[in-house]
Amino acid sequence: MTDPTLAAASDYLIWGAIIVLALALLAFSLHLALTGSGRQSRAERKVLVGAGAGTSATGEPAAPEVPEPAEEAPAPSRRWGVIGLQLTWLATFAVVAGTVLRALSVSRAPLGNMYEFALMASAFALVIYSIWSLRRDRLWLGAFVVLPVLIILGAARLWWYTEASQLMPALDNIWLVIHVTVATLSVGLFTIGAALATAYLIKDRAEARGDVRGWLAALPAGQALERMTYGIHIFAFPLWTFTLMSGAIWAEQAWGRYWGWDPKETWTFVIWVVYAAYLHARATTGWSARRSTWVAIAGFACIVLNYTVVNLLITGLHSYSGVA
Amino acid sequence: MATETPARIEPDYPKDRTKLGGGRGGGRKGSIGALGWVRWTWRQLTSMRTALALLLLLAVAAIPGSIFPQRGVDPSRVRTYLEEHPDAGPWLDKIGMFDVYASPWFASIYLLLMISLVGCILPRMRQHVQAMRAQPPRVPSRLTRMPTRAETVLDAPAQDVVAAARAELAGRRYRVRPEEDGALVVSAEKGYLKETGNLLFHLAILGVIVSVAAGHLFGWRGEIILKEGETFTTGAASFDTLSLGPLVDPDRIPVYSLRLDDLDVQFEHEAQGAQFGQPRVFAGDATVQRGDDAPETRAFAVNKPLHVAGTSVFLLGNGYAPVVTVRDTDGEILFSDAVTFLPQDNNYASEGVIKVPAASPGLGFVGGFLPTLEFVEGLGPTSSFPGLVAPALVLTAFEGDLFPEGRAQSVFSIETDSMTQLQQEDGEPLRLLLEPGDVIELPGDRGTIEMETVIRWGGLLVRHDPGRTPALVFGGLALLGLVLMLGVKRRRLFVRVTPAGPAGTGEHPGDGARHTGLTVAGLPKGTDPGLDDLVDQVLARIVSASGGRVVTDKDDT
Ligand code: HEM
Repeated sequence: MTDPTLAAASDYLIWGAIIVLALALLAFSLHLALTGSGRQSRAERKVLVGAGAGTSATGEPAAPEVPEPAEEAPAPSRRWGVIGLQLTWLATFAVVAGTVLRALSVSRAPLGNMYEFALMASAFALVIYSIWSLRRDRLWLGAFVVLPVLIILGAARLWWYTEASQLMPALDNIWLVIHVTVATLSVGLFTIGAALATAYLIKDRAEARGDVRGWLAALPAGQALERMTYGIHIFAFPLWTFTLMSGAIWAEQAWGRYWGWDPKETWTFVIWVVYAAYLHARATTGWSARRSTWVAIAGFACIVLNYTVVNLLITGLHSYSGVA
Repeated sequence: MATETPARIEPDYPKDRTKLGGGRGGGRKGSIGALGWVRWTWRQLTSMRTALALLLLLAVAAIPGSIFPQRGVDPSRVRTYLEEHPDAGPWLDKIGMFDVYASPWFASIYLLLMISLVGCILPRMRQHVQAMRAQPPRVPSRLTRMPTRAETVLDAPAQDVVAAARAELAGRRYRVRPEEDGALVVSAEKGYLKETGNLLFHLAILGVIVSVAAGHLFGWRGEIILKEGETFTTGAASFDTLSLGPLVDPDRIPVYSLRLDDLDVQFEHEAQGAQFGQPRVFAGDATVQRGDDAPETRAFAVNKPLHVAGTSVFLLGNGYAPVVTVRDTDGEILFSDAVTFLPQDNNYASEGVIKVPAASPGLGFVGGFLPTLEFVEGLGPTSSFPGLVAPALVLTAFEGDLFPEGRAQSVFSIETDSMTQLQQEDGEPLRLLLEPGDVIELPGDRGTIEMETVIRWGGLLVRHDPGRTPALVFGGLALLGLVLMLGVKRRRLFVRVTPAGPAGTGEHPGDGARHTGLTVAGLPKGTDPGLDDLVDQVLARIVSASGGRVVTDKDDT
């Protein structure tokens, strides 16, 4: 029933993806650091030029001495970003292939346990980012996406690894496939949303202090980041609503009731309500974008809790973690 | 808002209802009276800010229910918890930590949220109906204040440009405000479905809540254990346990009979580690008969309930029932039946009792059934796999009055206090180990006990939930509303055409009669990054449709 060769191949691909992602993270970080300092030195040069005229009275002709930075040459910083992006594409391919092989090895959707769930969510996050990066310049976002995905994959491989095998009967249902596919897709989106939200909060604070320096200069303006954060969430929220509903349909068929406040159901609901609160907060006069964004971050914290603490420590009907 | 021209479409219905007039202002001396307070409270309650606070509160309030065991989910775990935490337990119980979702504080949060929701939706609905019938507002006097704007100058007659703009916007399915002849402005709006979606979503959420409540009030659930080959007939008295909603009439429970023909259960035996022994197949056949209808045999399984007479029958549990026969010394059968044993762990090590009241004095056997017998040092016989690999019964025996004072007892336990335990010749308590086919003689001429074979039993849940389908329908509507609310963009577009000549753009006086100014401006509702592109596109289309040519660069403010 299960094919060990395919399962082993899947495992190699995932290890490979983890290594490639670590390299991508490095490249993206270099990109941010170099772009940031590049922009900063250009900005400083302007300031100096401006200041030069003013300070001429002191007899220090500051401006002309400033060496010309290699502005017109292809910026080295961008090259690192592109390398990071290409590595990410490679890793995306490896994760998708690893997930597919895993599915083939057990002849079913790879959604039966926490390990497979983490694979799917990572694959979705990477695919979404990769597609996005093809259409827009998203080099600056790379590090923010690769880091959480790397953590998810690493944790999955190290602690949640589950041998490829068949499903328990309660999990063998078309609604499971739908429910968990959409759940992983929304988790992938929420991950990117949380990455953007974090980027926004950091950048916004720097902007508020008037102190946008270093790698922060490589990020888009705070307002644009905030808009992107919202844009991701309005995709993810209906998907999560659907996750909640399809989960209820599945629960009805498997356990005879569509809602029973099982810990997993409770947390799905909590996550849903927190993200609804985020969307409300954003539309509420008197709530700043910053404060609203913190609610979105709280939503992601709930997702993380749900897949770690609730899966592993709290007993419930959803005992599918597959972790001994 | 103090600015004459807003940066986005403001709802006609103010979001911040706490700021509506006639509030608490001047009420320091109690001059607003009771009615004023009611009104003020109502506005507070139905404000977005309160809704937000209630939502966050609801999320926080739901969490303890996932941390502490809940009576409604698993009462035995609550009992265990109370035993293990004698200090904190009763205190937690007092504040409802074991009945979170039925506790007054949880209920008050969602009731307030529902009231807030109704109070929020009703006025919005009225507003929206009016807005749907109304025309887009007039073009503001100054478009420079608009968040998105593009302009150009082209060599086409002003009237042609206006006509092109109207045609373009109408072609994009915008609602275009009718203007008197000769007016050089166009005002158009689109995306009313956004607000429709918002209302639909919030109403549908209410619908879901009401459906769930209806299911709770009018629904019921009964549980029963059926051995293979056994038949039972539904009815208030025939279930092992039955919980009725507060408004259910037990006499209206539909009557039908159901026979569990057979049960197929399989476990993982290939994969090792945590997956070993996990259930893999869990299915059965049942024969259902209703009234005078012909009996009908149907397959069902976990995830595939049977639907009979408005009820659903779910296969939720399973276990083993060894078939045991007890005979007296003459070989007369005193007892012969399949006895239900309840699994205690993942390897289906099960516990049960066999009561033989026909023996005199009565005989009772207490012990375990192990589907795959394995002796573990220090633990004795255990089960190492849930499937039937090496089944065995491990029993001790008691003699005496099985039903002291005729009290009713659970079929899963024996009160051994008033009974004596049978002993072996060496004085040790008697321990029996039976495998299928074994016949063992009981000491002291008490006859024999035999395990013939093992069959399975299934735990069935029969459920009637009238709220189920409405909840699903409202859930679907909520999703539809959500997609509309978040997906549709509500946009107003304003076009102003400035004819050439002395009163023209002023930028190019004397350029002749064919320098017509064109400005397109957009006003979004909420976040709308695509509006810039749209305004540029509309401008370009109007230019090409009016047959004109751009004279200067556009957009040089
Ligand atoms: C039962 C829980 C509720 C849920 C799950 C919920 C969910 C939502 C969501 C997801 C949005 C979309 C926000 C956006 O456009 O980005 C929204 C909008 C809105 N909700 Fe709720 N809501 C709830 C209760 C309420 C209540 C009680 C009120 C009334 C006070 C309310 C008033 C509004 C309003 C006015 C908007 C439109 C905001 C705007 O676009 O300007 N909601 N709601």
